[in-house]
Order: sequence, then C-alpha cells, then structure tokens
Amino acid sequence: MTFEYAPAPESRSVVDIAPSYGLFVDGEFTEAADGRVFKTVSPSTEEVLSEMARAGEADVDRAVAAARRAFEGWSALPGSERAKYLFRIARIVQERSRELAVLETLDNGKPIKETRDADLPLVAAHFFYYAGWADKLEHAGYGPAPKPLGVAAQVIPWNFPLLMLAWKIAPALATGNTVVLKPAETTPLSALFFADICRQAGLPKGVVNILPGYGDTGAALVAHPDVNKVAFTGSTAVGKAIARTVAGTRKKLTLELGGKGANIVFDDAPVDQAVEGIVNGIFFNQGQVCCAGSRLLVQESVHDEVLDALKRRISTLRLGDPLDKNTDIGAINSAEQLARISSLADQGEAEGAERWTAPCEIPSAGYWFAPTVFSGVTQAHTVARDEIFGPVLSVLTFRTPDEAVAKANNTAYGLSAGIWTDKGSRILAVANKLRAGVVWSNTFNKFDPTSPFGGYKESGYGREGGRHGLEAYLDV
Amino acid sequence: MSTTPSPTHALTDVAASDASLRRFLHGLPGVDPVGLEARAAALGTRSIKTTAKAYALDLAISMVDLTTLEGADTPGKVRALGAKAVLPDPTDRTAPSTAAVCVYPDLVEVAKAAVAGSSVKVASVATAFPAGRAPLEVKLADVRAAVAAGADEVDMVIDRGAFLAGHYLKVYEEITAVKEACGGAARLKVIFETGELSTYDNIRRASWLAMLAGADFIKTSTGKVAVNATPANTLLMLQAVREFRDRTGVQIGVKPAGGIRTAKDAVKFLVIVNETAGPDWLDNHWFRFGASSLLNDLLMQRQKLATGRYSGPDYVTVD
Amino acid sequence: MSDRPMSERLSVFKTYKLYVGGRFPRSESGRVYEVTGSKDGNWLANAPLSSRKDARDAVVAARKAFGGWAGATAYNRGQVLYRVAEMLEGRRSQFTREVAEAEGLSKAKAAALVDLSVDRLVWYAGWTDKIAQIAGGANPVAGPFFNLSTPEPTGVVAVLAPQESSLLGLVSVVAPVIATGNTAVVVASERSPLPALSFGEVLATSDVPGGVVNVLSGRTAEIAPTLASHMDVNALDLTGADAELATGLEVAAADNLKRVLRPRTGEDFAATPGTDRLTAFLETKTVWHTTGSLGASGSSY
Repeated sequence: MTFEYAPAPESRSVVDIAPSYGLFVDGEFTEAADGRVFKTVSPSTEEVLSEMARAGEADVDRAVAAARRAFEGWSALPGSERAKYLFRIARIVQERSRELAVLETLDNGKPIKETRDADLPLVAAHFFYYAGWADKLEHAGYGPAPKPLGVAAQVIPWNFPLLMLAWKIAPALATGNTVVLKPAETTPLSALFFADICRQAGLPKGVVNILPGYGDTGAALVAHPDVNKVAFTGSTAVGKAIARTVAGTRKKLTLELGGKGANIVFDDAPVDQAVEGIVNGIFFNQGQVCCAGSRLLVQESVHDEVLDALKRRISTLRLGDPLDKNTDIGAINSAEQLARISSLADQGEAEGAERWTAPCEIPSAGYWFAPTVFSGVTQAHTVARDEIFGPVLSVLTFRTPDEAVAKANNTAYGLSAGIWTDKGSRILAVANKLRAGVVWSNTFNKFDPTSPFGGYKESGYGREGGRHGLEAYLDV
Repeated sequence: MSTTPSPTHALTDVAASDASLRRFLHGLPGVDPVGLEARAAALGTRSIKTTAKAYALDLAISMVDLTTLEGADTPGKVRALGAKAVLPDPTDRTAPSTAAVCVYPDLVEVAKAAVAGSSVKVASVATAFPAGRAPLEVKLADVRAAVAAGADEVDMVIDRGAFLAGHYLKVYEEITAVKEACGGAARLKVIFETGELSTYDNIRRASWLAMLAGADFIKTSTGKVAVNATPANTLLMLQAVREFRDRTGVQIGVKPAGGIRTAKDAVKFLVIVNETAGPDWLDNHWFRFGASSLLNDLLMQRQKLATGRYSGPDYVTVD
Repeated sequence: MSDRPMSERLSVFKTYKLYVGGRFPRSESGRVYEVTGSKDGNWLANAPLSSRKDARDAVVAARKAFGGWAGATAYNRGQVLYRVAEMLEGRRSQFTREVAEAEGLSKAKAAALVDLSVDRLVWYAGWTDKIAQIAGGANPVAGPFFNLSTPEPTGVVAVLAPQESSLLGLVSVVAPVIATGNTAVVVASERSPLPALSFGEVLATSDVPGGVVNVLSGRTAEIAPTLASHMDVNALDLTGADAELATGLEVAAADNLKRVLRPRTGEDFAATPGTDRLTAFLETKTVWHTTGSLGASGSSY
C-alpha cells in the first residue's frame, strides 16, 4: 500500500458567484452602454462561471468622469481618514479571504494552496501597508506636501488578479488619487468582488471604478485625455504600445512587464534548497509569473547532479483540481495561453533542446500543461530568450561567475534573478552585477508590500511596493 | 534490502583519517535554513483526509517506539507499556501494534517478557544516555548489557563534545565500536541530539558520519533537551538517507524523537517522509517515532475516524 | 572682410570639435555649421554638424565607459565631479566670454552663470555618495530575509541639453546623470553649442574617464531621433526638445522602453535643484537575502 492522498477539495460553497455582473462605476453596478457582455470560465473545467458587462469607450468616459468627480473630495480628505478606509478594506479582505481565495482559484485556475497562502495574505498586507502611508506622505522623501496626480488608469493582468489590483489600488488611494481599473478579460471576478468590499468599507462613490473588458477597453482607458496616471502590468508588447500612446501627454506612466529571469546555481549552492527554489521559481502559479526563474543557469560542474535532483523533485508535483488543497500545479489560465506555451515548447524541441516532461496525468477538461524542463539549452534557443509564461524551464550551463553574469544579463528583460551559493561575498558581487530589479539570493519568488518590485530595461519602469511605490502616484 | 551497511561501499575511504573525514563532511552541500524550514512548513500544509488519514494513522501507530526513559521507571511501568505496545487499543483489535518499546538497559529483560510473542521489538538506550559523558568502555559495557538482555535495537548517543570539537574520527570510531558491540544482533540507532548540534550543517554532517560508521538508523534526539525532533531537521535527515542510498545502495532508517505529540504532527512527518525519502521509507523498518503521549492521540484520532465522534482521554489507556 | 588694422596681432581661432570617447573628433560627416552670437548675429565659430553616425559612435563610447564609471566608488565619482568644478573655475574668464556671446549677456551676467555652473557641479559632487542613502534602504519584510533596495544607474542616457541655457543648463542636466554612475550622450544647444563643446575640454582635463560624457553639436532634430530609437540607449532626457519633437522622440523611445524625462516648461536652472534629476535615471534594485529562522524551532542557521 502506498500513501495516496485522498481528494481534499476546498469547499466551493464559501463563494456565491452571481450569474452576471455589471461594470462598477460611481459606486453602482451598471450595464455597459452598448449592452455588450462576455463570459468568464473556470480554466480547470471550462465551466462558465459568470457573465460580465464589457466596458466600451462610453463606459470609460463615464468611469473617468466619476473618478474625476470623486477626486476632489478624496484628495482633500485628511490622510488619516483615507488611511482608515484602506485599513477597513484590508480587514474586510482578511475576513473574506477564504471566499476570495476560492473565487480566485475558480476564475484563474491556480491552486487553492497558492491563493490561500500567497495571493490573499499579500493582498491584505498590501492594503495594510499603504493604509499606513496615507497620513505620512510628507515623510516619504517626496517633498513637504506631495500631491496626488488625479485619476489613475490601471490595467492589470490575469496571473495574480486580486494581488495586482491591490498593488495598483492601495498606493493610488493612499496618495489621494482615484482609480479606474480594468481587470483582465479572463479573470474579472475578484475585481468585482473587490467592488463589493469597497461598498462594505463605505468608500465614497467614484473613488474606485472597475471596468471589465478586453484589450480595447484598456486601450481606451489609457488613451483617455482626462486620466493623469497610467499604470500597467502585462506584456512588454502592450507596455510599449501604451508608452507610445501616452507619449507627448502629461500622464505619468509606470510599467511592470515581462521577464526572463535567470536563476543562477553555483557549485557550492545549498543544493536541496536550490532545487526547491528552482521549482518554486518556475512552477509557482504554473510559471505564469513575470518574474519567474525561467532560465536555470547551473554551473557545469554540478549540472548533472542538480538536473537529476530537479527531475526527481518535479516528479513529486501534484497536478490537478486547483481546489484540492494538495494540488501543486493548477490549470493554465486560458486556451490562448496554453496554445502559446505549447507552441514555444514545440519550438524548443524543434530547435534541438532536450525536452523532459513530468510524469503526470492531465485532466480531460480544462487547460493544462505538465511541468517541462529543457536541457542542453543555449542563449540562441528561443526558449532561452522569449518569455514563455508557463511551466517550462530552460537549463543552461556556465563555467565561471563572470560567464553566469554575462548570460544572465544577455536579455532585453531585467526583472528578476536568483543566486544560489553558500559564499556571502559571491552573493553580493553577483547581485551587484545583475541588471535586474529584484534579486533573490538563496530564495526565489518572495514578495512583500514593503519591498519595491519592478524591472530594468524592457521589463518596464517604476516600482510597486515600499516607499518607492508611492512615487508612481505622486506629482513629483 | 540490507539492514547493515556493507563494510565496503563507495565511501569506505572517507573515514581513513580525521582529515579525510573532515574533508568529506565539510564538502557536503550547505543547508540554507530558511529554505529548509519553508519546505518543511509547505509539506505541513498537505491535507490528509479520509482513506489517506486512516492509512497514515495506522502507519504512524506501527512506527511508534513507545518510550519510557525516566528515573522512576519500574518493572510495573514497563510491563504496562509493553502491553500497550502490543495492543494499543483494547477496544479495537484492528489497531496495529507499535514498532517497539524503548527503555533503559536495566529494564530490557522486563520489556522483552512483556512483548514476548508479538511483533513489538525492544529498544534500549545505551552509551550513558542521554549525556553520553562516560568513558568508552563504560558505554560499551552499557551496550553489551542491553544486547545481552535481549535488546533488538540499541539507541546510542554520539559524543556531541567530540563532534563540536571537530574530532569526527573519535565520533566515528565510537559508533563503529558500539556497532560491533551490538554484534549483528541488534540494530543500531544513532542519536545526534540535534538541539545540541545547533546548526543544520552539523546535522547533515552528523547524518553522514553516522551512516558511514554503520548506523542502521539515524535519530534526532533524546527527548531530554529543549529542542528535539522538528519537521525541518527530520526532512534534512531524510534527504541524507535518500542520498546515502543513491550513493551506496544501503538504506538507513530515520527516527525523529521527542516533541511529536499529536496525530496531526505525526501525519505531517509521514508526508515529509513520503515526499522526501520516498515511499520506501513508509514502513516501520525504516521510520520510527520516538514518542510516548503521541500514541494516545493517534488512537483517539483513529477512533474518531471509525466512529465519526471525537474521542476523549477516558477512552484510551493511560499507560 | 575686416577693417581691423593689419598691424594688430591676429588672434588664433579655436576649431570647435565634438567630444566623444575622451577624444575630440570632427564630425565623421565632415560637416560644420555657423554659430552666431545671440545678440548681434555675428559669426562666432563653426561647430561640427553631427551626423547619425556620430550619434551612434557616441553611444558606443558611452556604453563602453558605463561599466567602469558605474562601478567606480561613489566617493571617486564625487572627487571627479569636484575636479570638474575646479577646472571650470580655472577657465572662468573663457566661459564668461563664451556664455556672454552665446546668450547675448553682459560680462557680469555671464560670469554669474559660470559661477552658478561651478556651484552646481559642486552640489552634485556632494550627492554621489548620499543619493543611495536617501533613495535606497532596508525594507522590513515579514519573513526571515534581509531585504535591501539600492539605486543603480540606468545606463546610457541621451541628453538633449536645454536650448537657451548654454552652460548652466548643460551642467544642470549632465551633472546629475553622471553623478549617479550613468554615462551620457549630450546634444548641445543647437543655437549655442560652443560653451558645451568647450565644456568637453574641461571634462577631458578633469579625470572624467573618456566616454562618460560625450558632447555632440548640430541639429537636435537630426541627431535626437537616432538616439531616441537606439536600442543600446537606456534613457532619454528631452529637456532640449520642443513639444512636437519631444512627442515623436518619446514614441521612438518606447521601442526599448527608455526611461524618458519629458521637457518641463520654464525650468529655472538658477534655482537650487531638487533630487528629481538624480532619481530620474536610477533603477531600484531590491535584493533579498535569506537570514536564519525567525522562530525558535531549533537549529536555525
């Protein structure tokens, strides 16, 4: 007999998803002006979860106008009052965190283990953190009386729907801005539940407006002449398009874009923890993480040992029902994303990299991709250069620290990197030389509201989190 | 699977001298405590329900080294313990026996009699347990006495002083001497007292040192110091036995001891075994819990699973 | 044509050249353009009319210099910037004349601008080893980690120097860029490039490594698009661009997501600057280090 873990599903009954949702504008849920709607499905089952109003240009106008009207009062509130609203929101998020975790897992496909233990705690923490800043802005190092910008247009991705909302909304509100936020078309639900949290918190109407929609909604929003601030998290291609859109305006822009993070394992690394870090780096959230450690750079002398340990460890990952508390690998967020991952992986194989796939059963419905490792990869392979945004790791080797740094930096991106070594001076020297906004030494994929996050080069500009995160929303 | 490391395997030369032992042990990969503890904690979040829980509870019961190591131990106390080990739940004979009872050497004979005719083994702590601060000859006499009295297993303590002073060969030789004193009749468990070794790097080194010297089991602690078995140090030792088998073909057991009091904790340890060393270790020949109060909690959880009601201390025996 | 008596000593004109990679080349195009005084329209000198290839060469020089300059100690960069101030002070009369001619100012007013330029350099010299302390710091993350944010230079910064303020404006935009360890390709004021080109001579004699600052003269609208679209330029200071040009350049800059500092209306270079020009071209790097265990769960580090 073997130790088979029986199914341990988290109960769906804690969340009540309505059959349809409107746009959240000026404190009310409303239909789209042109009546358009779209459906959101559960990526693990392809079950339709709900139907959303789809915001068009007229709705963007309406939402921006509502945010503009609300700005006057909101920005004039004493910081201590704004703080209390944010503290209320943080507390309600904590109270409703199980509900929101289940909701997020249903809409996104990621394991409940992650929404419960990572996404939701970080969401609440982010609101707590920025709540505390609201009445202390004069101490933040941005002058004696830093002013908000006005209306913030925020467009967020589907990989961490509620967490990205928190990263956008918490600092914006703390600094006195009002927001119009567009969630991703495949994961709109948690943003609409957040609208309900705003209602429970008694947030003045128009301070937060939520516009579900597709890329056209986002494009209309960032192009709207009456927004003062644009914040986007998503692909580098869209980020560049937004940068062109706001060129020549006075809109302040921050972008948090793609990455091709290098996870560098030296021969003196704490190997067992490095293996855990590699796994966490590329399989957390099915690898759909902008800062994923998608390139493993391993010192040639320990390549075989590390790769063997890695494969053994990956073989223990449990892929399946995201609501099962023992699931490690959930569903890919959408059919489109799955197609992209599959195509890039096929390209990796076609270009001659050696493909290894974890032995796991793929469910019959839904969008799934088994953890995959490419070894024998060089800098020239597509899988080493393009962001795959999926559970696909490319393994490259290096001989010396200089070569490791050179390879790590040999990318248009510059978001994250990891260093694994027992030697303190090497950590510091290599961390200094890496052109990346976040460097994890002997760990990976750690996040905290106090810790600034953002990229170098084509990974974007501006920082979210920490004192630095205030700057994006202040007129400085 | 062999229970005794063969005298010649791939790493035989490592113990040729203090210097070669040091080179080997200090050449082992370092341990990052944050990552290790995070991994142990993550495995602790596994949700073990229904059939899996039933399996795990019975497996855990079968792995208990039911222990009494008090100055006040008497033949009566040990007899009662033996009876409980053989038949842990008098109201439900489907509950498995524990793996062993663990007593001081002078009570081995009593314990043997108490478990006679059952599968339950008698383990005895020896080597001037728990401090280990006695001359080698005294320690060996302690071991021989236990074995002569019929002990199936000997739980020795390493000389932590020698280990911390860097005298690895001394520790190694003491283990080999004790192993010899066991004479092939008793399996040898080597206790590190991880709480005194203090660092994970030391625990990894001690694990390899003991395995090289012929330990059949590596064991965390005596239960007599502040910090005993933890998920993290047990996980680390499970990695060590897994790697040792990879390199030598020899399988070694692991025994966390002290501080594991609840069924929930025990199940977490079993998850760690399952996902670290692997299913080969999910057997009481290869994994043990050194515990006393744990057994009753396992039994109460077992009753809950069988009846659907929560049990209480009046429904399990106090022995 | 001159009415000057032939008995008077004939002065020696200066051939103004670019400053690229620590050297003083002519434009590879061989082109020059006439620079005239701001007030009287008199010919002052011919300045190199830089080509797109000159811009490209300057970027190569700036990239080559980046590693060393970014890797220099902050103290060292401060010393070097202070040295620039010393050298400029020593050439006070030359720059007074050049600024007076360039901007059509009285000697006294031009001298005041030169003095301010020197003072500005001293101000930024003092910032090199302080900016990291105010722009970075330790972040108290909720876990067993030491987490430190540090500002790092963005890389190669293309700077369109202000058109009106030929020296003070130039110094005010270049000094903060290099103080933090960036290297710069500077497009001098189109109409008044001579002080900028002479400033190259100051830099060359001030321990500033070659390539850290590269000075181009010519048509801003001709050179800037090359810099704005160059994939090895990391940031763009549009101070010297008019609104229309700036918009086009900002669009081009999006190709590799350059950090863009938009032109500001009515920037007063005489006022004490804040830190925003320093922080405009800094990246924040945040490094997480594992520490020991937070809990008392036993063996912890």
